[in-house]
Amino acid sequence: MTYTDAKTPNIKHIPAPTDSNPTSFDVHLRGASVEFNGTSLFHDLSLDLSANSFTCLLGPSGVGKSTLLRFLAGLVGDAASGTITCSDKLPLAGRVAYMAQQDLLLPWRSVRENVVLGAVLRGEKPDFSRADHLIAEVGLGKAAHMRPAQLSGGMKQRAALARTLMEDRPVVLMDEPFSALDPLNRMRIQDLAARVLHGKTVLLVTHDPLEALRVGHKVVVLQGTPAILSDAVIPQGTIPRDITDPAILSHQARLLHQLGAISPQTGATEAPQ
Amino acid sequence: MTPPPTKPARHISRKPLAERKLLKLARPIIIIVALIATWQIVVMVTGAPKYMLPAPYDVWLALTNRHAVLLDHAGYTIAETVIGLFAGALLGALAALPMALFSPIRFWLMPILLVSQAIPFFAIAPLLVLWLGFGMASKIAMAALIIFFPVTVAFFDGLSRTEPGWLDLAHTMGTHRWRLLTHIRLPAALPAFASGFRVATAVAPIGAIIGEWVGSSHGLGYLMLQANARVQIDMVFACLLILCAFSITQYFIVDQLLRRLLPWQPDSLARHD
Repeated sequence: MTYTDAKTPNIKHIPAPTDSNPTSFDVHLRGASVEFNGTSLFHDLSLDLSANSFTCLLGPSGVGKSTLLRFLAGLVGDAASGTITCSDKLPLAGRVAYMAQQDLLLPWRSVRENVVLGAVLRGEKPDFSRADHLIAEVGLGKAAHMRPAQLSGGMKQRAALARTLMEDRPVVLMDEPFSALDPLNRMRIQDLAARVLHGKTVLLVTHDPLEALRVGHKVVVLQGTPAILSDAVIPQGTIPRDITDPAILSHQARLLHQLGAISPQTGATEAPQ
Repeated sequence: MTPPPTKPARHISRKPLAERKLLKLARPIIIIVALIATWQIVVMVTGAPKYMLPAPYDVWLALTNRHAVLLDHAGYTIAETVIGLFAGALLGALAALPMALFSPIRFWLMPILLVSQAIPFFAIAPLLVLWLGFGMASKIAMAALIIFFPVTVAFFDGLSRTEPGWLDLAHTMGTHRWRLLTHIRLPAALPAFASGFRVATAVAPIGAIIGEWVGSSHGLGYLMLQANARVQIDMVFACLLILCAFSITQYFIVDQLLRRLLPWQPDSLARHD
């Protein structure tokens, strides 16, 4: 039963930044290597995030997807190495907003106070009118003064999304942000994220092929030991895509096969080895 | 949007609400009556003389006949306990803070703290009386010393166990060490500090009483020693009863105050009493 997200709010499309817009740039990761407990998770990996588009990074658990994302976010210490460059020759640090699987809302702050957290931590004056606008945009208008404990899982991730938007960074890194939600809520928030993050350069790490195909302009798969990135799958159609589209379903079957979940002939689930 | 539904009760069959409320109110009375009855039965069965184990009624007589003396001395003990509690908690918080923030301080201060705990408090009570005199100061110091360690350890623990995701988020938002402390680490550690303060509330009267036993001219501890020497055991019991009543009341007030001040802290037991 869901009681939270009765309808996805109607929102205006945010215009995508143009070529002359300085907030529009590609991100290139080169020679990324990560060692964990002496074993190499991946070595000399390259990943490109195209400006103003969703790149979905898919892969089995423990393959290093999150580490890759966290490296881009500047959250990995000595364990990782590699070079990050942006097409506008400026550093990526400070131009990234981060969203995790947990909502990371502070339980003693209301939704509104959580959304302006970035400004508070930087010692800036919080822009509450913009925060209220974004809270309404993610459909939490009536919950703005509630504490996180009073919200459902879906509402909490919506609040986290509003906080991410509030940062207004050109690059958004999302680490399985919707994986803890039930399927219905997950689809709604995918739609919402696809709309409100339109025009941003997004990296979405997920283990759900359908999620990747729904919102990704480009889907890449990370797998193996040491892990390598597969060629990008670029699905057709406008985002969020229709998951009943046969083309999307066949993409999904191919991805599931690639990830080792099903055999190509029968489509049946393979027994774990 | 409708409010979230209330959580289902843990037990399927429960007594009606009115009956449960009545039981909750009656429970302390039932416990007190049962304890007094047991006490009376023990006195009657063993036939213990009044100078060994006075009956409840004898103690009641001591309480009513000498209430002026009792209340006068109780005032000293209560003042020592409350001042000692706040002084000890303040010192504990002031010690935990630099320990959590600066690792060199942690490495130097932690061994000293542990050594301080290895000294039996009974042994230093005479020293405190020697240094601070027979008055209230030595008893306040005793109460503060005895609660210093639990408060310091609890607060230090809370400060050093900030949710890593919050720190990651703050890092990507760009923050300063001090704002991270005041807006995330400190509030996140308050529930742990509250646990330490609750323990301190229960222990502080013991410190004051030990101080009074060792050397004093006022307080319930002093009164108990005097009465014991004169074989006025009913008076000893009267002192003990007052001390118990005060300790329980103090704990109850502190507990309620902390609950109200930190409404976000997880407290799953309170909802199912």
